[in-house]
Amino acid sequence: MSTQHNQRAISLHLASERPSSPEADPGAGTTPAAIIELEGVSVCLGGRTILQEVTFNIRPGEFIAVLGPNGAGKSTLLKVLLGLIKPSAGRVRIFGQAPRRGNQLIGYAPQHRTLEGALSLRARDLVGFGLDGHRWGPGWFISGRRRRQAIIEEALAEVDALELADMPVALLSGGEQQRLLIAQALLSQPRLLLLDEPLSNLDISHEQEIIALIARLCRARGMTVLLVSHDVNPLLPVIDRVLYLARGHAAIGRPEQVITSSTLSALYGAPVEVVEALGRLFVVGVDI
Amino acid sequence: MNIGLLWQHEFVQNAFLAGGCVAIAAALVGYFLVLRAQTFAGEALTDIGFTGATGAALLGLSPLPGMLILSLLAALAIGLLGERLRGRDIEIGMVLSFALGLGVLFLSLYATSSGSHATAGVGILFGSILSVSRGDVWLSLACALGCSLALLILYRPLLFASTDPEVAAARGVPVRLLSVLFLLLLALATAISVLVIGVLLVFALLVAPAAAAERLSPSPAGALLLAVLFALGSTWGGLLIAFLGPGQHLPASFCIATLATGCYAGATLGLHLRRRHLSQRPAQPPHPCKGRRTAA
Repeated sequence: MSTQHNQRAISLHLASERPSSPEADPGAGTTPAAIIELEGVSVCLGGRTILQEVTFNIRPGEFIAVLGPNGAGKSTLLKVLLGLIKPSAGRVRIFGQAPRRGNQLIGYAPQHRTLEGALSLRARDLVGFGLDGHRWGPGWFISGRRRRQAIIEEALAEVDALELADMPVALLSGGEQQRLLIAQALLSQPRLLLLDEPLSNLDISHEQEIIALIARLCRARGMTVLLVSHDVNPLLPVIDRVLYLARGHAAIGRPEQVITSSTLSALYGAPVEVVEALGRLFVVGVDI
Repeated sequence: MNIGLLWQHEFVQNAFLAGGCVAIAAALVGYFLVLRAQTFAGEALTDIGFTGATGAALLGLSPLPGMLILSLLAALAIGLLGERLRGRDIEIGMVLSFALGLGVLFLSLYATSSGSHATAGVGILFGSILSVSRGDVWLSLACALGCSLALLILYRPLLFASTDPEVAAARGVPVRLLSVLFLLLLALATAISVLVIGVLLVFALLVAPAAAAERLSPSPAGALLLAVLFALGSTWGGLLIAFLGPGQHLPASFCIATLATGCYAGATLGLHLRRRHLSQRPAQPPHPCKGRRTAA
């Protein structure tokens, strides 16, 4: 209940903060047209083909796990959606438009790295970047400082990190930092959340915590989530579909359709076995 | 000698005024320099600036404009090459040592041609705050104002880009442009810092106060304020010790560098104490994850 309340409060606050866009209101009655469309998209970086004729659609509100071996182009795909990398061929549409940098409808938390500079900042400063980090000026004199802090604190509360607000980031654990980055990505009220390996460097209990948090946000806000992961098992209870990338190709569908020996063998172009053991799926035969 | 009497000398006024301007600019720029872990770039710019300064002296000009021009050009080059310079410490080091070598050549040519000793060189290397002219005061005031104003405008995106360039780029922050602009500001700040404390000790003003402040205040605005206070305290305190100190003729650069280092050492100690205090917080959030409750 309180989540719903917070959410409405934040959108109310933000209404005057950012230029209102026609898509800003998700609208209950809109048709569930594809939110992301890729058609024959190829990406070449430094002479190497990363993605080759990738085609798929993602509908609003879907929770998608992006899987695949190292170097399959998972992070590259997210960067294409963010407008940071231009595809060499094909057509990409997000919310019906070409990808562009600074799209406020997309929240992004890249692969966890040590944020050297951020280590000396407070959690609230790091999260606050998501709200107005891209704006010019110091932001010290604007009238809405109190309101700004309230919005940041609500976002922190939403990821259960309110008590960390004034802690230096350097003192926080990997899981706590991950929660801050998610809070930061959520501050612009995105309709699409791109998370690159949010589960790496987490122990199992924190992994469960982050997954539950993302699933809750995805359902409560009707937000589309693309989550890059190495392991599908902890995600199986919450995701709608998986997008599996290998050798530049992609397969999308329900986990039980995609994570099968035949589909993955075709994707990898090599014999691959999917083994179920101890209630978990294992892909055997290639480096995953 | 008391302060009132001291203040009647124009060279003392100039020293305090120029020192104040330089301290403010160096502290503000230094904070972002520390945040961006680009101290090597700071070193590079001062070394190349040294060549500019000695070159200008050779041509019969004031060293400061020469230093400014060459270090601004170097900043532009480093900024535009950007990514390609990452991990190229050896190549940069070679260019630096060549630049410094060239600077020494200019200096020796200057000393032979003017028949004087290499006092200009000593001034550039170790600072010559006691021979700062009124013109230098105005120039450093202009530079300090320019730096402060530019940082005020760039504050939020620069902070964002300095701490998390990837997300900043995705959010539409012009990360490359900010990087070039910041290096230009850095060139400006180092050039006028050399006026006070010299090429070799520039870190004392640029890095020590900012690093000390960063350790004491996790809030960016608080850290900037502290950095300015530390830099001003070190500069003015150092000048006072140099003028009134017991030893007589203690070099001002030495006093400033010592005080700045003291700030840093004190801050490091303070950080340890604070960390110990903070680590006594509850190890885990007191209430369980909301998500699991609602998902169940």
